[in-house]
Amino acid sequence: MTVRIRVAWRVSLGLTGTVLSYLAVPLVFPLAVAIYYGEPVEPFLVAIAATLVLAVGMNAVSADGDLGVREAFLAVSLIWLLVAIIGAIPFLVAGTGTTAHLVNALFESMSGITTTGATVMVDFDAHPRSIMMWRQVIQWLGGLGILILATAILSEVGVGGAQLMESETWTATVSKLTPRIAETARILLGLYTAITALAVVALYGLHRLGVAPNMTLYNAVAHALTSVATAGFSPEPASAGAFSPIAQWILVACMLVGATSFILIYFVLTEENPRRFLHNEEFRFYLGAIALAAGLVAAAVTFDPSINLEVEETVRHAVFNTVSLVTTTGYASTDFDVWSPAAKHVLFACMFLGGMVGSTTCSIKTLRWLVVLKAFSRELFTTIHPAAVRPIRVSGSPVDEETVRDIYGFVLLSLVLAFGLTVFIVVDAARVGLRVSEFEAMGAAASTFLNIGPAFGRAGPYGTYHTFPTTTKTAMIVLMWVGRIEIIPVLTLFTRAFWRS
Amino acid sequence: MRVIVIGAGQVGTNIAASLASTHDVIVIDIDEDRTEQLAYELDVLTLTGDGTDIDVLREADIGEVDMVIASTDTDAVNLVACGTAKTAGDPFTIARVKSHRYLRAWEDAEDAYGVDFMACSDLRTAENIVQVIGLPAAVDVDPFAGGLVQMAEFEIPSDSPIANQVVSEADQFDSLTFAAIFREDHFELPQGNTHIQAGDSVVVIGSPESVQGFAPSVVPTQTPDRADELVVVGGSKIGYHTARLLEERNLQPKLIEQDTTRARELAEALPNTLVMEHDATDVEFLAHEHIDDADAVIAALDSDEKNLLLSLLAKRIGVDRIIAVVDTGEYVDLFEEIGIDVAINPRLVMAEEITRFTRESVAENITVLEEDLAEVLELELSENSPLVDRPIRELVGDLPDSTVIGAITRDHTFITPRGDTTLKPGDHVVVFVETEFADDITAMA
Repeated sequence: MTVRIRVAWRVSLGLTGTVLSYLAVPLVFPLAVAIYYGEPVEPFLVAIAATLVLAVGMNAVSADGDLGVREAFLAVSLIWLLVAIIGAIPFLVAGTGTTAHLVNALFESMSGITTTGATVMVDFDAHPRSIMMWRQVIQWLGGLGILILATAILSEVGVGGAQLMESETWTATVSKLTPRIAETARILLGLYTAITALAVVALYGLHRLGVAPNMTLYNAVAHALTSVATAGFSPEPASAGAFSPIAQWILVACMLVGATSFILIYFVLTEENPRRFLHNEEFRFYLGAIALAAGLVAAAVTFDPSINLEVEETVRHAVFNTVSLVTTTGYASTDFDVWSPAAKHVLFACMFLGGMVGSTTCSIKTLRWLVVLKAFSRELFTTIHPAAVRPIRVSGSPVDEETVRDIYGFVLLSLVLAFGLTVFIVVDAARVGLRVSEFEAMGAAASTFLNIGPAFGRAGPYGTYHTFPTTTKTAMIVLMWVGRIEIIPVLTLFTRAFWRS
Repeated sequence: MRVIVIGAGQVGTNIAASLASTHDVIVIDIDEDRTEQLAYELDVLTLTGDGTDIDVLREADIGEVDMVIASTDTDAVNLVACGTAKTAGDPFTIARVKSHRYLRAWEDAEDAYGVDFMACSDLRTAENIVQVIGLPAAVDVDPFAGGLVQMAEFEIPSDSPIANQVVSEADQFDSLTFAAIFREDHFELPQGNTHIQAGDSVVVIGSPESVQGFAPSVVPTQTPDRADELVVVGGSKIGYHTARLLEERNLQPKLIEQDTTRARELAEALPNTLVMEHDATDVEFLAHEHIDDADAVIAALDSDEKNLLLSLLAKRIGVDRIIAVVDTGEYVDLFEEIGIDVAINPRLVMAEEITRFTRESVAENITVLEEDLAEVLELELSENSPLVDRPIRELVGDLPDSTVIGAITRDHTFITPRGDTTLKPGDHVVVFVETEFADDITAMA
């Protein structure tokens, strides 16, 4: 009996192959770094060769056709998975430190491409500078990838409310998915590159002015790449704590910009109308939520008798780490794991917030929370006025009920999966005789599944995920992948209906 | 004037009937039964055919026609008919439309569709309703001279402070003119010592501020503000426009619509209106939502029967003011007799709107009062009008009987008419006149 497959998988492979062939270009950058520092070049040459071979192979079996919803889901899932695998090659070939191990290399690479920022490295000095730079580059690529994915594909097929983002005249000239991806990619690449370049100039400028001694050109580039991508890897063991206060404030600005909708930024720039920011309800909600959370953290730190910080330090660390977790970046300006439970729980709650839809952030995102909050308040209202018909409005525009249900579903699914991973971590750790507290497990689960990076305890900002069992790390690799591409595309691959009906 | 009326539905028939005595009217309708019936009922020429067909229009001698009124039930047909008429002659074209979207498009480019004047009955009716709500106690309100002048008709309830006063006591406003007092089936022109009685209808003309200021002395309640409960029942186009216009005045009305899809549509289009999906004739629902406390209920359901039922219910549970949309002209009296405060007939509103263009094109605006007993007209005075360059006191002898000059605007400023005021060419004059003499006064402008 032949079973007919209803997905034009050859079309998906074609797109995947194209993306893999482009991957050779950014691999040249760490290669150049390796040559500059006189480090081994094999890790990158092997990776370039591998990605090109794979790309050629895929193009050989690819076929022309329309990229529909299923083909897009398949391609997206494959792209993130295969880029993570190719990205692990340099770690394996270099064979330094903990990432010499296959699962660890995959973890580091998946953490990179999903802009998570969770690391299994223990001794940062054990790795060549080119390998450390590769970690930064792959995160920057992950940020670019998610921008294109969210704005060109997910908004079109309506995953979990992604269709809500501001997109009236956005690439209005193209109507089919494939040319839309190309047009969107072109605009986003330009904008994203420009913002990153600006960040490099700002950070390195501080160094040249003598106010940021550690912010060398290497570090300026490395941190510009992962701050705008809201990704969070840092070649410094102390993360952002290695830099002067002024440099940390610049990083806060970079993270905030990276977590702002790029479509909104694009409109503000093209219309030269900054008021558009204020008109956007999600933007106001996003900044408001950050201000509230940072205020709470600052208060918790101030009233913690075991911590004695200057006012400036309190404010800076509260703002920096709140912004870092809300925007799903994952830098740390200090070891917030030593803070009081009050502060840590606020930070834990921040993990679920996320930045704006259409940005480089992960997690649930502010637009969805905004809709959920409005739906709750409507529920209260209709209890009193059962006959009332109240559409939910965001920035004044009504949201259709199907989208509201999508969003409810997405939020619930995110919470359930984060909870499921928590349970798995605790159980799996117990299996090998490792003691992991509930809070530690919740933090690590949320931090990896929601693609943030650091958590608490052993996975704290200055800690490492290396000590988790290999099975746990494997589960985390899978959930980072699922979480990054907005859950739905990957999960649908595992349904019968996707392939058959 | 030769006038073609396309479409012999209720509106077309009404217009044809009101024009038949003074103009040569040709009615075109696609339905032969209709045209035959009309030829029998009215003194008009009839033609059976498609009003958008150039040959049919030629047959009606379109080249010699002064005005085309397209009043079928289909917007697109009316627009095409006007466009076609313009290609074959140069009549003044009037199109009746239901969708206000056509109106918006036409307002942006005034010669669009070959239409010289577009009348949107639903929008106009809603405007009328909102003006009436804006002045509690007023039964009719109309703006003139681009809003610089307002005409309002008030019914005087028995507990009104001005009942039993004389006009000079009641008139505390410089820029307000008492134009007429209707009593039973006649009217009189008020003098300073005329007594105002309960049950009278008083017509005043003046600046909008003075009319607004006068309203509380008729019934001492405030004009509506945000705290007021205004309930629109029925999500018809009229209901929608009414709620929308109320929103524009920073009010937050409620709107009750029974149909799920329509309710959702309305809720999306009206951010500041509380839309409720329910049967408005359910008494329990009305009590639960405290509709009995409403300051005004507007019945805009899709049938007169439902509106009547709802109005009666609303009256019984104690709603202060009820305004009902009545589709059938004959029922207007009936509604008002049983105590509904204001009954508005969209077709009459439409006829008013369209008829003003048949007034030899001098009258800029017109309001018909008390079943066409009298009219309020806006005239623009020409260079050789016999009315200009003389003080008003000298004009009185020349004016037809039962004429009152209510207000004057010159270069967009309001002038209160006094005995020594001199009219100038280009002035806009708002006059109250007995319908009989309307054409006489128009001829003098």
